[in-house]
Amino acid sequence: MCPKTRRGFLDSLFTSREKKYDILQDPLVKKYANQKSPLGFKHHRASLSAYTGTWGDKQKIHLLRRTMFGVSPATLNALSSMTMSQAVDVIINAAPANPTPPLNYYENVYADPTLVPLGSTWVNAGFGDTTVNFYRLLSIKGWWIQNILNQSLSIEEKMIFFWHNYFVTESKVVSQALIQYPYLDLLRQHALGNFKQLVKEITKNPMMLLYLNGHYNIKNSPDENYARELQELFTLGKGTNLWTEDDVKAAAKVLTGFRVNSTSTGYVFSPAQHDSGNKVFSAFYNNHVVVGQPGANGENELDDLLNMIFNQDTTVAKHFCRRLYRFFIYYDIDTIIENDIISGLAQTLINNNWDVKPVLSQLFKSDHFYDTNTMDCLIRTPLDYYTGMMKTFVVDMPGSLGLEEEYKAYLKIASLCEQNGLEIGSPPSVSGWPAYYQSPQYHEMWINSDTIPKRMKNSDDILSTNGVYVTSNFKLKCDVIQFVQTLSDPSNPDTLIDDCLKYLFALTISQSKKDEFKSFLLSGQAQNYYWTNAWNDYITFPSNTTYEGIVRSRLQNMLVEMCRMAEYHLS
Amino acid sequence: MKRRDFLKIGSMASLAYTMNGLPIHAYGKGLDKKTRSSLNGNILVLIRLNGGNDGLNTLIPLDKYSELSNARANILIPQGNVLGLTGTLTTGLHPSMTAMRDLYNNGKLNIIQAVSYPDPNFSHFRSTDIMNSASDSSQYLETGWIGRFIDNRFPNAPQDYPNADFVDPLSIEIGSNVSSMLSGQNGLNGLAISNINSFYNIVNGTVDPAPNTPAGHELTYIRFIIQQTKAYTQVIEAAAQIGTNAVLYPNYRLADQLKIVARLISGGMQTPVYIVNIGGFDTHDNQVDTANVTLGQHANLLKELSDSIGVFQQDLEAQSLDQKVSGCTITEFGRRIKSNASIGTDHGTAAPMFVFGSNVNPTVIGSSPNIPSAATTNDNLPMQHDFRQVYATILSDWFDLPPSDTQSVMDGKSHAWLPIFKWATPNQEYTPRSTALSLEQNFPNPFKSHTTIRFTSEGGMAQIVLYDDMGRMLKTIYENTVPAGTFEVSLDRETLKPGNYFYSLRVESSTTLTRKLTVIF
Repeated sequence: MCPKTRRGFLDSLFTSREKKYDILQDPLVKKYANQKSPLGFKHHRASLSAYTGTWGDKQKIHLLRRTMFGVSPATLNALSSMTMSQAVDVIINAAPANPTPPLNYYENVYADPTLVPLGSTWVNAGFGDTTVNFYRLLSIKGWWIQNILNQSLSIEEKMIFFWHNYFVTESKVVSQALIQYPYLDLLRQHALGNFKQLVKEITKNPMMLLYLNGHYNIKNSPDENYARELQELFTLGKGTNLWTEDDVKAAAKVLTGFRVNSTSTGYVFSPAQHDSGNKVFSAFYNNHVVVGQPGANGENELDDLLNMIFNQDTTVAKHFCRRLYRFFIYYDIDTIIENDIISGLAQTLINNNWDVKPVLSQLFKSDHFYDTNTMDCLIRTPLDYYTGMMKTFVVDMPGSLGLEEEYKAYLKIASLCEQNGLEIGSPPSVSGWPAYYQSPQYHEMWINSDTIPKRMKNSDDILSTNGVYVTSNFKLKCDVIQFVQTLSDPSNPDTLIDDCLKYLFALTISQSKKDEFKSFLLSGQAQNYYWTNAWNDYITFPSNTTYEGIVRSRLQNMLVEMCRMAEYHLS
Repeated sequence: MKRRDFLKIGSMASLAYTMNGLPIHAYGKGLDKKTRSSLNGNILVLIRLNGGNDGLNTLIPLDKYSELSNARANILIPQGNVLGLTGTLTTGLHPSMTAMRDLYNNGKLNIIQAVSYPDPNFSHFRSTDIMNSASDSSQYLETGWIGRFIDNRFPNAPQDYPNADFVDPLSIEIGSNVSSMLSGQNGLNGLAISNINSFYNIVNGTVDPAPNTPAGHELTYIRFIIQQTKAYTQVIEAAAQIGTNAVLYPNYRLADQLKIVARLISGGMQTPVYIVNIGGFDTHDNQVDTANVTLGQHANLLKELSDSIGVFQQDLEAQSLDQKVSGCTITEFGRRIKSNASIGTDHGTAAPMFVFGSNVNPTVIGSSPNIPSAATTNDNLPMQHDFRQVYATILSDWFDLPPSDTQSVMDGKSHAWLPIFKWATPNQEYTPRSTALSLEQNFPNPFKSHTTIRFTSEGGMAQIVLYDDMGRMLKTIYENTVPAGTFEVSLDRETLKPGNYFYSLRVESSTTLTRKLTVIF
């Protein structure tokens, strides 16, 4: 009950707060809370030389969390017979089969006017109308979540998300499913391919042509939008002594004439709209001239432009590798990281002619990747948080209830991410999500007074009996008994807690905190066998609802408490 | 005097303040600015227009219409559709901004022309960083200007808050993210809230030590946010329960945000700064509807902006909260003078800023921007006002910071002040500061046609502004950078009606000296 007056309320607040533990008075909190940017941690092993240390569950889970979405006993088990080097090779080289494209799940809600039947893909069909386009955009979101949940032992889905945040387009801005799907397919086909080639492809991609106005960039009225971002965001970065405003204008001229083909979902080069004059670049580019090509040959100027940009190879490679580092490792790039890690990765990228696999391999096999200071320090994005929760807690998707229910479940997960500041397919701007570039907060921006209560409310609900509502037939929820049965020995409370913490938490937890968790299982009793007996009763008589209720409620309460911990948001 | 000390003697607030021997009545509720701001806590609502607003189609320079026609025929608002503003023939508003036109005509909107900064940057997020941090174009500051203001007003923020002296959030951004504008020396001095109806109680138990590693650093951050959220959640919930909205809001995202702000203020929250956001101003293409250029994307955005501000102001007035709330728009840059063939505009430089509220000076500061007769794609609007002048004026005139504090919040720089607020007339009695700084009584006084004002300055920027007896700025009499010494300024009566007026000398240190003058038949 809220007291009626504000003053009364405020008084009651301070009277009651004194009795509680106050984190603000905790000297450790005072010492470590975000008082300054975290520059200056000692990097024990800031080296790209191959890691030769312990290869245990801790290191395996670290690799899995960073390269995939979520970790479960099953994925950990898949690495059991591999060396570190083998595990990284598998994750990078797996080359999973292409997923089935997004499907018509909406037929019963809105009949597809292009006659795509329920359960078939619409990606090769006609536009239809704006309503079906709306449902198709939703089906892309659901499909994306589905791909993440169904990912095999591969980094591919994480790389697709990396590229999406790198070569941003927004489905809120270009709201055409038939255009968005080929963009995502492009990211998938090149997810572990060649960076320079992908820059070239994305330049001509219709989604990007519409998003950054390449389509509108024509001879008599150049539009500089893409030409700027090509240099500022995609290749060189920004800073002094780099490209100039005149280079933006010159690049825009080179890029005139690439247009969206109105009769297909591809691009078309229009010589009539191409500025075939010579384009002179600044001293930064050694006054390079992109010689104008008449007619259809004008398209080839793009190669000249990209060669000129990529000739600034160190600048481009370092810019790219910093983005990669901030995505996979941590945001804090001090001079040691810059000199010993970024430079080395950049050289590898250049030496391999812009192929990304050797860079990823070097990074994930490095001493640095398994350094104490590199582990556990990424704040989980909403996408990692929610899809990871589904995977770790073995939350079933309603495949047996039909396609419509199944897609709605995926869309619910997408919607939870959206409510926490990550709408998949629609980053907030061309720069991507601020968590990857906004200094000095970076990924701390995922965690704030709006998102923390939502994350906690959702984890509470997923672990509760009611679950998170999807449809009247289906809720997103964790069967906590089924979950602990994936663990090594649920009858032993100490082992059970250690196993839960291993999959849920990044950091090591003290014995006194573990004892707090155990008190949920033991209901305040001191001896472990109270839990062991209760668990064994349930196993022996699984249809006895009383026995089931005893273990279920205790497990739920303990897991809710674990997921409310700050540690649960780290990866 | 500190704010908390003032609270303790609040009942003494009826003591008579005078200016030049006259009781102050012009500034509302019979209290002077300092007393009221200390008692009620003035509140600033920042409205971010994300994407870079096209100022030339927002505030249309009617006296440059032919130049505009040459530069942007495909998007230009027909002259007949431009909304006129009382008292000025040279400028008007976009036709969808009727609510803000009404605010202006009713004395509740201040417009600052051509706001930018030297060496403007054309990148969205670099320019946003500059505007958020109030840095120079080439300077990188890790803190935001509001974050530094909070640091100044609330020592040891955010760690020492909430406490018994101040229980409310130090600043609030409506949404899921907290802007870097709120970054202070010790972290984020603000909270993000998106919905005041669905808070969730957070429970936390005992806490393991955080290791001295990046992981420990992030862990501590998350713990801190959890605790902060918990503490403020209850305060916000209580304010939302007690607070109300007195009018109906239109169905816009911006209106939804302002509605929450009004309700929290109504509920008694003392939080001094709120940030709300409206996106979509990056109008590279299809800025207007080609069939009717007064419609389209940009028109919709301006209507949302104008209608939302209008109803927010109505709500505040209906609840008698308007005296302590002012709002200000910010955009990272304006757009190019010349439009492109995509029926849009590319990134540019200067744009107008709008400050609204019951205590603003209802004028247009500055003149219509200069536009070449045949603008090319390389032409941009010259800056008339640095955005930091607006910030510094808000700090000193709205938040009542002493000049040295304003300067420190503005990263050690001083900025020429702008007559944005009605009480720009300082209300303390004239007292000579030193032999090196004085403002003498005009001579002759009273006068019929012509008078002379003499002042002595320590050197630097000097400005003399004339106000009517309601505290409204009439004109700038003098503005110059001067060496140390004594100067004389002539004032012609021109169209001044008989009556009392005030003239104020403002110098670089923000010290202001004021005297009264009288015009007779």
